[in-house]
Amino acid sequence: MEALIYNFFNLEILLKVHPLLLKGFWMTLQLCLLVVPLGIAGGLVVAVAYSFHVRWLNWLLIAYVDFFRSFPPLVLLILVFYGLPFIGLEVPSLIAVLIAFLLNTASYYGEIFRAGIESIGRGQREAARSTGLTGLQTMVYVVLPQAVRNVLPDLISNTLEVIKFTALASVVALPELLRMGRVAQGLTYNPTPLIAVALIYLALLWPIVRLLSRLERRTMAKR
Amino acid sequence: MTAPLPMLDLKGVRKSFGAIEALKGIDLSVARQELVFIIGPSGSGKSTLLRCCNRLEEPTAGQVLFDGVDILSPGIDINETRRHIGMVFQSFNLYPHLTALGNVTLALRRVLKLPRDDANERGRAALDEVGLAERAHAWPNELSGGQQQRVAIARALALEPKVMLFDEPTSALDPELVGSVLDVMRAMRESGMTMLVVSHEMGFAREAADRVLFMDEGEVVEEGAPARIFEAPAHARTREFLRRVTGH
Repeated sequence: MEALIYNFFNLEILLKVHPLLLKGFWMTLQLCLLVVPLGIAGGLVVAVAYSFHVRWLNWLLIAYVDFFRSFPPLVLLILVFYGLPFIGLEVPSLIAVLIAFLLNTASYYGEIFRAGIESIGRGQREAARSTGLTGLQTMVYVVLPQAVRNVLPDLISNTLEVIKFTALASVVALPELLRMGRVAQGLTYNPTPLIAVALIYLALLWPIVRLLSRLERRTMAKR
Repeated sequence: MTAPLPMLDLKGVRKSFGAIEALKGIDLSVARQELVFIIGPSGSGKSTLLRCCNRLEEPTAGQVLFDGVDILSPGIDINETRRHIGMVFQSFNLYPHLTALGNVTLALRRVLKLPRDDANERGRAALDEVGLAERAHAWPNELSGGQQQRVAIARALALEPKVMLFDEPTSALDPELVGSVLDVMRAMRESGMTMLVVSHEMGFAREAADRVLFMDEGEVVEEGAPARIFEAPAHARTREFLRRVTGH
């Protein structure tokens, strides 16, 4: 028991490394605040472009979405970070992470938005167009507000995944939470920092999980 | 003296969906302030014809002249044209995420680019015209079917259209709610609105229409004054249809 506490819940070690973890936490938070909006914006572009039903474009979009949904994000990140220099593009690790995440998450968010858009009946579009709204205005003011409401639980659920996935950035030496936890573990020869990292993720994600289940209950009640 | 320009003038309008020909060359002219009623069995092409008038459906061939301008010609700004052509749908198609007033003012703000206050003022006036001024802040799902359809009419009226298209406006309503919608349509007629109405409300057609068209299988079978069509239909298909809908 004592050994367990010494190895995994060692307060003394925690006190020593907490600046490192805090730094990692800030990095992770910033990463999320970049990656999530970027992915949502990318997904919106994909889904809205898809909704215009231009055949060649939709082929392209389906190919994009299928590819990046089946391509392992870790490999993608490594390829972007270590591969780009070979075509003469030396990018900082943050930019590599943002590129890889945009490619990956936009495909997931895109599929969610597409399902949402397709859940809105043709009559809504026709009513809007009959009053002179353009196709894009109809999308922005009539279709998307309803579509987003319909898929909000899926959007949040995907966002949870994306936040957890930001830990992948540690493989390209971005000093985010997991990376700093492992650095701290290496310095102290003690896995306590990793437990602390897990608890920080828990504290970050749990409120979102609660929100999600409340939303889901509300949607269920509406049906 | 030349006759005044018709508000709507359809010439040889055809529409095919794949191998199915829904409209087989329709000629139809609607004069200013005229109320033209279209009746016919389901699948006869009535709704398709109506939807060709604002290009919700693209005709395969023919001309659609609105106020003298061919709205099918390549240079036309269809969005600009559509705000002068109001449309009311069978299923209301109110925006569920906006209040009654929000439904009415969306196009005022985004198409006419009116400032919020002006749009609201005009939206309220339109809701007042359909007798729903007090329900401006109600959500669509808090309104009865008849009220929803009147909000949909106000949404079209707020743009001050030159012509109104009605696509079976009362077909989705409980019988006791039909009257309130017809009252609004009657008032529009009295104020001089040009109207093209697809509907099964034969009583309303008889009382308010200037002209009734009977359509079947993508063609106008016959047309004439309501009394003539209802009391002395010339064509066997018209007689057969009227017998079925009136039930004797």
